[in-house]
Amino acid sequence: MKPASFDYLAPSTVGETLELLERYGEDGKILAGGQSLVPMLNFRLTKFGYLIDINNLAELSYVDEDRGVLRIGALTRHRTIENSNIVAKAAPLLATAAKWVAHPPVRTRGTVGGSLAHCDPAAEYPAVLLALDAKILLRNRTNARLIPADEFIKGVFETALEPQELLTEIQVPVADESQRFGFEEFARRPGDLAVMGIAACLTVRGQRITDARITAFGTEGGACRIIAAEAALVDADSLADGIEWASQAASAVPVQSDVHASAELRSRLASALTRRVLTRALSRRESFVS
Amino acid sequence: MIRRCKIEVTVNGQKISTEVEPRRLLSDFLREDLGLTGTHVGCEHGVCGACTILFDGEAARSCLMFAVQINRHEIDTIEGLSDRGALTDLQASFTKHHALQCGFCTPGMLVVAYDLLRSHPAANIQDVKEGMSAAICRCTGYWNIIRAVLEVAAQARSDEAHRQ
Repeated sequence: MKPASFDYLAPSTVGETLELLERYGEDGKILAGGQSLVPMLNFRLTKFGYLIDINNLAELSYVDEDRGVLRIGALTRHRTIENSNIVAKAAPLLATAAKWVAHPPVRTRGTVGGSLAHCDPAAEYPAVLLALDAKILLRNRTNARLIPADEFIKGVFETALEPQELLTEIQVPVADESQRFGFEEFARRPGDLAVMGIAACLTVRGQRITDARITAFGTEGGACRIIAAEAALVDADSLADGIEWASQAASAVPVQSDVHASAELRSRLASALTRRVLTRALSRRESFVS
Repeated sequence: MIRRCKIEVTVNGQKISTEVEPRRLLSDFLREDLGLTGTHVGCEHGVCGACTILFDGEAARSCLMFAVQINRHEIDTIEGLSDRGALTDLQASFTKHHALQCGFCTPGMLVVAYDLLRSHPAANIQDVKEGMSAAICRCTGYWNIIRAVLEVAAQARSDEAHRQ
């Protein structure tokens, strides 16, 4: 099918974009990479009076590391994140996840900000940014607010983004030597949306895990932390026990049956992938190798 | 009243200046407005890969872009893959390995393979399988496609070895 008619606006600055968002409110929609929005328009699952194309905003495409924070402009493409040496070093979990986002031709156009704003329950970035305790910068014409990923992600295709706000930047704490990361995803074919995926960011001191953030995607409610698994891992007397208990706790994450997989398969995957993520992450000497 | 938009684009090396309705998909613009019917349209939601083109040199789905968005950019389609009029090595390898059955997916397959070999000239079988999963062949003739791409990659590996 073809999209319904819309007026096309292509602002050249963030300021101009924010003015347009204020003027058109819910009838205006930001067009970033378009890899999820355009299919929805093509199928007429949605339509807008105005598409505000931000692809000319070069000021939103950057990867910078400064004083322990990795800053990624919202318009940065998946391909750039996948191939960036800065991201590979400062946020290896994010670099790995980028390789799992759809296929290369989609990664050419798709953006990190677009993926987050869309918040598909089976998408990689929301879960990874939750695990990394990332912060999201949102701006409207008069204000800016920086909120944790936990607060930004509200559920299935739901975020804290207001109609007049633009997601402009993602901030990730730079990885340090005490951290271990893990990422595993199960999909029917490479590049398909995840049937189930698990990401983890662990802080290790000697033989103990002092902090754990374990997240799931492909779940019923979208990307979420598995708090019970995190607690099991941190409280355990031995790493082996911790991994086992965390893996059991992960099987309780809320899942759904659909055309891709049964709820039972998803529960088993959540448990098995958690075990694999933790085992691999904790067997690494260096912070992360995929 | 929807405003038509002026665009200036370079398609297969040729400069074109025209007007488009904003909702015109790039795939339809190429096929219907420019008559470049080598770009095929399958699913219109970015899954099948038949409409894959090069946007500023990188593979992208033309069904997931609007023609208005290519203003001041360069597009190459299957028609522009060879600038000499002769078959490229990749195209010749597809012929040799019979890497097509009905041929519907072939333009997309070639562009995906071109993009893959540009970023991984000496791609191994795993790279090729993963990279080529960006396009779907409903005749399921994948093995011949993989063989065709691998042969070009193997040639690149051997050329590289000779140079060293």
